[in-house]
Amino acid sequence: MQKIGVFVCWCGSNIAGTVDVEAVSEAMKSVPGVVYSANYQYMCSAAGQKLIADAIHEHHLDGIVVASCSPRMHENTFRKTAEAAGLNPYMVEIANIREQCSWIHKDKEEGTAKAIVLARTAVAKLLHNKPLQAGTSAVTKRALVIGGGIAGIQTALDVADAGYEVDIVEQRPTIGGRMAQLDKTFPTLDCSACILTPKMVEASQNEKINIISYAKVEKVDGFVGNFKATIRKKARFVDETKCTGCSLCMSKCPSKKGKDEFNMEMNNRPAIYIPFAQAIPNVAVIDPEQCLKLKTGKCGLCEKVCTAGAINYKQQDELIEREYGAIVVATGFKPIDPSPLNEYGYADNADVITSLELERLMNAAGPTKGTLLRPSDLQHPHEIVFIQCVGSRCDENTKRGKPYCSKICCMYTAKHAMLIRDKYPDTKVHVFYIDVRTPGKNFDEFYRRAVEQYGVDYIKGMVGKVAKEGDKLMVRGSDLINNQQVEIAADLVVLATAIEPDPTARSIGTMLTASMDTNDFFTEAHAKLRPVESPTAGIFLSGVAQGPKDVPETVAQASAAAAKVIGLLAKDHLVTNPCVAYSNELLCNGCSQCEKVCPYGAITYIEKEVRGPGVREVRRIAQVNPAVCQGCGACTVTCPSGAMDLKGFANKQIMAEVDAICL
Amino acid sequence: MARIKQRAIELLSDGTVMRVIGWEKGEGNCDWSPALFENAAEMENFVYGDYAGANLSKYCLKFNRQEGKTLVVLKPCDTLSFRQLLHEHRIDREKFYVIGAGCKGMKDEKGGLLKCSACKGKEFEVYDEIIDDEEAQKTTALMDRMAGVIELEKMTAQERFDFWRGELSRCIRCNACRNVCPACSCIKCVFDNPASGVQSKAPVTDFEENMFHIIRAYHVAGRCTDCGECSRVCPQNIPLHLLNRKFIKDMNELYGDYQAGVGENERTPLTSYTKEDAEPGIVYERGNA
Repeated sequence: MQKIGVFVCWCGSNIAGTVDVEAVSEAMKSVPGVVYSANYQYMCSAAGQKLIADAIHEHHLDGIVVASCSPRMHENTFRKTAEAAGLNPYMVEIANIREQCSWIHKDKEEGTAKAIVLARTAVAKLLHNKPLQAGTSAVTKRALVIGGGIAGIQTALDVADAGYEVDIVEQRPTIGGRMAQLDKTFPTLDCSACILTPKMVEASQNEKINIISYAKVEKVDGFVGNFKATIRKKARFVDETKCTGCSLCMSKCPSKKGKDEFNMEMNNRPAIYIPFAQAIPNVAVIDPEQCLKLKTGKCGLCEKVCTAGAINYKQQDELIEREYGAIVVATGFKPIDPSPLNEYGYADNADVITSLELERLMNAAGPTKGTLLRPSDLQHPHEIVFIQCVGSRCDENTKRGKPYCSKICCMYTAKHAMLIRDKYPDTKVHVFYIDVRTPGKNFDEFYRRAVEQYGVDYIKGMVGKVAKEGDKLMVRGSDLINNQQVEIAADLVVLATAIEPDPTARSIGTMLTASMDTNDFFTEAHAKLRPVESPTAGIFLSGVAQGPKDVPETVAQASAAAAKVIGLLAKDHLVTNPCVAYSNELLCNGCSQCEKVCPYGAITYIEKEVRGPGVREVRRIAQVNPAVCQGCGACTVTCPSGAMDLKGFANKQIMAEVDAICL
Repeated sequence: MARIKQRAIELLSDGTVMRVIGWEKGEGNCDWSPALFENAAEMENFVYGDYAGANLSKYCLKFNRQEGKTLVVLKPCDTLSFRQLLHEHRIDREKFYVIGAGCKGMKDEKGGLLKCSACKGKEFEVYDEIIDDEEAQKTTALMDRMAGVIELEKMTAQERFDFWRGELSRCIRCNACRNVCPACSCIKCVFDNPASGVQSKAPVTDFEENMFHIIRAYHVAGRCTDCGECSRVCPQNIPLHLLNRKFIKDMNELYGDYQAGVGENERTPLTSYTKEDAEPGIVYERGNA
């Protein structure tokens, strides 16, 4: 029988408040195998760890159970404590009596009873533990950044700056992302392109950075330090190495019905196009849906005018396979489509636009060359109504929008209002709002300037209806401060639409086994303490993919993610988890089911002579590569004969735990 | 029958195969049993016809590593089990000569076999040659294969629990269902393995015996071809096939129609993953319905 010590932590009052820790440690003394049991205020403190180390020496313990917080918090701490005291670190089991017990119970008696069961369960498992030795695996010193917006660019620049290779995979024909579409940025009002495009150029000129545009990550295998990605680079029908970006083809292209995605589809573009003047790579792309040559075989004008000979109508998608040590998700966002919120009349009225559409209408490179004209009749609007929280902060049960605050709308609406009042002082600007949220450096000052200096009319209340009357849009809403209904005859209505994760995020999350919340934002490993890491090792989060953010926050997070990536790539080897699967040759059927469910490709089959009691024959049997196995356990539950088992989480251990709970 | 017998004797005689897995008459008129024939003389006892209900696929496991080829006579639905065993690398196609035998629906002493009332068709998934006639290609009248499952789904959870407790209470743990099942082909079954943790736990209550069937249904889920042998051989007439069919119905609904033992794809819905797969939550939602 092993000699087991149990250490019950109070976690201050976190555990001791709802669990009688004294009773738990007392109860453990009578559990078979337990020779020592104690409790202490903070087991993770130096004094607590010393208590453990001393007990290991004094009572010659073979294994310890720490009844404390989640193993995610301190399993490592206590493994190190045990190791320093001469115990194998895998002879440590954590009974989670905080997250899974004290925090969710109010009744102390119930909490105590459950804590005793959980501690007893950990002891039952520990009785079957065996000492394990960790191995190492190499690290591929290259990072993959998915998404080439400001977040992806910043992460890539910082990682490259540290000397590591980075590939940026961008789904659109150019990097730049949403920030490239913005006109000015709050609260300093610098021109967005003026501060972004130098970074885009820097990324393209950095020899460590490889931009793979018009591409998507199709498949990712492997694990931290050793990912293998398959990237599909879509056919542009233009040779990237030859195109000079002269844009002559664009002016000659007879098909001009393509919707200009960069200008929020407010104008048309040719079938062959460069999304915007500063695009990187500055290479044209042919939209196969619009190109006459590709659709009908007739035309070929662009090929004729191209002096570089870059046009290639036969170009095929290209599959690139590369290995990476770390992957950064920087997939960004898109504004929601406000059409289903029909009180705002977005679908029916050309002059009801989204804020991002307004950005393009105010931009010198936009469809109106920067003159603010309303879309329906290209007249200058004299009365403009902004509506905030369109699709944000909605009651989840109504399913009409997003439950979260999109965070950036208060500030950009103040920016829009201010810019319009500055450029067109004859224009009246009203803003309907629920709350104005300005917690950022120089943010509130900025908002107050819009109200006090620029005379923007802020109305606290929501809009109930936007209806067209003649050439006006009648906006009916409530003014909660003056407690009255208001009606404004507006020329233009701008909706501060909620932002949501890019539609590709969910499938990328699934591919990377990176967890996401119900809104499809990527979840961080710890909401406060590990905000740029995914719980999946080797996956990092940058920008709005993780949650709504403005540009400075995005850049800060992007650099933070880069720091984490650099920390990983700087290592030559990673210590591998010794809790890996192995197969019992005598039980293995060779049926290949484990091989099929293994997400890491760690299982192979060999023909081997199997010897055992009364058995001597050649069989097809499974073999696990322990360097590749990540210990997920999928094979162990798939194996019908129980031949596959997981070190540290053996079937026997799990059964012992279940028995300890039930018996 | 005569044609199959004659052809098998030919193949034995010319050395193409070294043995034949077929059927022979038992003590009564209706209990034909699987049998091994190793020469032309033994083939005298070979029979094929109305009472050849037994699925011979599983017997192939025994001869896979033996010298020479083995001839096996398979009915259309039996070939699904054979294919599934190929998928699982349990048998080597080269080691077998498969005669696909036309089937008009099988019987026992009480009449038509239960499994044949939901016939899965007349196509042979695997064969070296087919011996059948026009009569055997006629589709037999079908009942809805899932009718029994649908009835069970209409019950409340408690009614369903009571139903299964009642049915399974008759189980005598003779293991016939397991022993005949082509999907239950483990070299060492977990129920025979003291180290597995599920073998011979003290049957404190008869519920532990019930669990045998539930564990077995899980083990064959996704691999069960619905050959119906479990219910056919049960001496206590427990409708075991309903457990398997519930799994099949759920898989069809959650992951798209799937028939184990059809086609070249070795992956079953439960051992493959696509981004379109139902999220686990849906299983709970359905369970509560």
